[in-house]
Amino acid sequence: MSSLSPLLFLILVPILSAALIMAGANPRFTALLGAVVNVVLFCMLAFVFDAAREGFQFVSSFPVVPDLGISFTLGADGLSMVMLFLSVVVTLAAIAVARTPVDGARWFYASLLFISAGVVGAFASVDVFFFYMFHELALIPTFLLIGIWGSGDRQAAAWKATVYLATGSFVLLLGLIGLYLIQPVDARSFDLRQIIAHADAGLIYDSPVVYLLLLFGFGILVSLFPFHTWAPQAYASAPAPAAMLHAGVLKKFGLYGLIRIAAPVLPESIQAFLPLLLVLLIGNILYVGYITIAQRKLDWMLGYSSVMHMGYIFLGFAALNEISLTGSSIMLLSHGLTVAALFALCGEIRERTGTLDFSELGGLARTAPGLGLAFGFAAMASVGLPGFVGFAAELMVFFGAFAGAPPAMGIFNGKEVFAFNFMQIATICAVWGIVISAIYMLRAYRRIFMGPVHDRWAAIGDLGGMQRAAVVLLIGIMLLFGFFPQPLLNLVTPALILP
Amino acid sequence: MIQPIALEIIVVCLGILLLMVESFSTKVSKPLLAHTAIFGLLVVLVLTFFVQPTAGALQDSGFYVLDPLGLFFKRFALVATILTLILALDYLPIVQRLVPSERPGAGSGEFFILPVFTCAGLMWMASAADFIVIFCALELVTISLYIQVAYLRRSIASLEAGTKFLILGALSTGFFVYGITWIFGTVGETSLESIRLALPDVPGAAQPALIFGVAMVLVAIGFKIAAAPFQFWVPDVYQGAPTPVTAYLAVASKAAGFVILIRILEPFFTVIAFQEKLFLALVLLAGLTLLFGNLAAIPQTNFKRLMGYSSVAHAGYLLVGLAAIGDAFAGRAVVFYLCGYLLMTFLAFLILVPVTKASGGDDIANFNGLARRSPALALAMLIAAASLAGVPFTVGFFGKFFIFETAMKQELFGLVLIGILTVACGFYYYFKVIRAMYWQPAPEDAAPVQVSALSKIAITTCAVLILVLGFYPQLLLRMLP
Repeated sequence: MSSLSPLLFLILVPILSAALIMAGANPRFTALLGAVVNVVLFCMLAFVFDAAREGFQFVSSFPVVPDLGISFTLGADGLSMVMLFLSVVVTLAAIAVARTPVDGARWFYASLLFISAGVVGAFASVDVFFFYMFHELALIPTFLLIGIWGSGDRQAAAWKATVYLATGSFVLLLGLIGLYLIQPVDARSFDLRQIIAHADAGLIYDSPVVYLLLLFGFGILVSLFPFHTWAPQAYASAPAPAAMLHAGVLKKFGLYGLIRIAAPVLPESIQAFLPLLLVLLIGNILYVGYITIAQRKLDWMLGYSSVMHMGYIFLGFAALNEISLTGSSIMLLSHGLTVAALFALCGEIRERTGTLDFSELGGLARTAPGLGLAFGFAAMASVGLPGFVGFAAELMVFFGAFAGAPPAMGIFNGKEVFAFNFMQIATICAVWGIVISAIYMLRAYRRIFMGPVHDRWAAIGDLGGMQRAAVVLLIGIMLLFGFFPQPLLNLVTPALILP
Repeated sequence: MIQPIALEIIVVCLGILLLMVESFSTKVSKPLLAHTAIFGLLVVLVLTFFVQPTAGALQDSGFYVLDPLGLFFKRFALVATILTLILALDYLPIVQRLVPSERPGAGSGEFFILPVFTCAGLMWMASAADFIVIFCALELVTISLYIQVAYLRRSIASLEAGTKFLILGALSTGFFVYGITWIFGTVGETSLESIRLALPDVPGAAQPALIFGVAMVLVAIGFKIAAAPFQFWVPDVYQGAPTPVTAYLAVASKAAGFVILIRILEPFFTVIAFQEKLFLALVLLAGLTLLFGNLAAIPQTNFKRLMGYSSVAHAGYLLVGLAAIGDAFAGRAVVFYLCGYLLMTFLAFLILVPVTKASGGDDIANFNGLARRSPALALAMLIAAASLAGVPFTVGFFGKFFIFETAMKQELFGLVLIGILTVACGFYYYFKVIRAMYWQPAPEDAAPVQVSALSKIAITTCAVLILVLGFYPQLLLRMLP
């Protein structure tokens, strides 16, 4: 066993906090303390992190099943540092906006902390097997959070999400076993570094079956069309902090996995199934986009919009070049922050009015100006307005995807003319998604915050201190990296391994 | 160094001694008997670590082998019996209520002593290397279990379960003996080692007869391990039997079935002609068992019945592992799965007994609101259900992972796909218990749930082991044969 990785503490802090809460410590205070400690720890790590160095840093390894090449290996490179940053920040925001439930406060905060430990563990894992295991740590807490403290038809939502995610994760497990089996017999490993080394040496058989298992396994977890139906329902029903963590961070796991594992190892299969993936991701953007427009309630609308935005990230993945993959990776961060802020505000509105129906709301910006302003910022960030980090990410995805395939020249009237290739057609369809998101976001803003104040909402209060701090934190980061995206690029680009 | 066979002899002597004490002294309290039995078995468990496993048969008789697999399953049987006795201690008030007696407490002593004899049978079975010995050990186990299943004489359900178990058990015994005669008729041997040597020389004309014999034996063992389509008895017997006996049946009886299955199939797998046909039979059995167990478990509302179907389902995963036996890792995968199965099943039953005592029933609805009435117990049950379903960081996940890994290596893609579907079903029906504990409100008149000290130790040990092995399975893998 090599020296202990400091990343281990990032995983242990939430688990220990959860244990303390179960043992009787003050739930809210302990959870908040744990989240703050984790942010501080991460900042210290980020300070030590050497962006110029290649490969994983803070690596420690502990063999778990030597016969199968499984070891508990932690480590971080630029991309995982970005994801870890997202995890700790959203955890802090989620716990800050959480309202202590009357019943079972201990289980509530412990569940949130377990989801947080799971995502931190997943993004800090170099071993593919533990990457997978940590993701599943969130399964039972999600089931409890939605089932006990959810709203609406919470039982159906919890069942659906659990069965979908469990099935998806076992499909993914088969994919990972497949990934293990296509390696040369005597050097099989679950260690990502070794898998990529094998791929570089050309020792891995680029199996389409394994790719499809990975695509659909990860796809179900990311709510790839047509496996997306669990997501809007679960997010609409989940309590705000659970939705923030789940939609903001946990769901990024699948795309992170595809970028990390599938892109360097199985490029030929990705190419072979490109048309399929393009059709599905256009389904995410256009089909789900139109469904989003049709929503009459804010929570469902946000749920669908978070499904829709996954399509852009898939587009960046499909194009498989440096610009598009960098764009996708940054969009993992930008979308996580945006959707977390939106769900936090959505929870605040629900807390104040008891309804999220557009027809009942209106004029809230007068009575709760802070809430209105924050929602405006978050909505604009979600649409991809310049100045927010989402803009940089979307731009790179579109640029990268447009140049993602060799130009196709067509013959017209006997002359060779320019024609769009299918990557470009897909990109054009995807750009239309921006219009769609502008429509639903602006319409939601108008319905909720503009217009005459309904008598019922004349006396609602503005954001409280904690909630305000959390939302300002999230929006501040979006703006900061929106104006200065280069530090992110410097982190992410060297970590990407292109085929 | 102790003679290997001494282990079984000590266990039998312990049983006889306890029986004598129970018969001739009315002053000895029943719990004391149980504690003595537990202590005695613990001593034997320690003694197993002083026995040197050898590859060959004892005294070249071919009857009894003490290879690492056999030794491991002796320990497995001992642990299972000890846990059963702890369960039985907790269950004592219910036994005393449902067994008619002239004096208070009379007639419940055998409830603690019969498992000791069953344990001896299981230990013999682990070492049996001859059809005759396998048969005798199997009967010792089964007959003592008949009594235990029907133990609650005032409970109609228990009597019904006993009758069903007796009739179908006798039927399966018939199949077993019939199969042995066919095998003996063609090979002329009953020792597995001799059969292995004689197999290549079996003339082609006699092969169908031999395969018929093996198929009959497979049917009989199918009954024991609760593989579909020989699983009819499982739900009724599991529901009707006293809870400790249900757990014992689910774990020990199934594990023993798998050990003899491994032993019997081994020689036949060495010959290509048999290998293909046996392989086909195993794949069919595994697929059917997986589908039946998991699909039928979905609508269940009674916890013990649910565990019955779940036991069928787990037999399915184990059979997938057996079908992949060509892989070097498959044997260990199966044994690892069985160990995980022991931990999680006993954990579930250890929690069921106090819950039944407090709320008067063993439906899933009796778990309602347990998270508020008894958070620690609910957490333990959460761990058990998660492990049974196969959630990562529990031993159940690694069990399924190893099985799927070997199955994929052997290219059993059909079975693996069925396995994925059934895992999804499993999540649904095990999470029903979690839902009852956490989502549902507790009934108004709920009595507090009391757990005895011994049970607390057992529950904590099982839960901690499930989590530790769920992170670091090597701890157990290292010990496996």
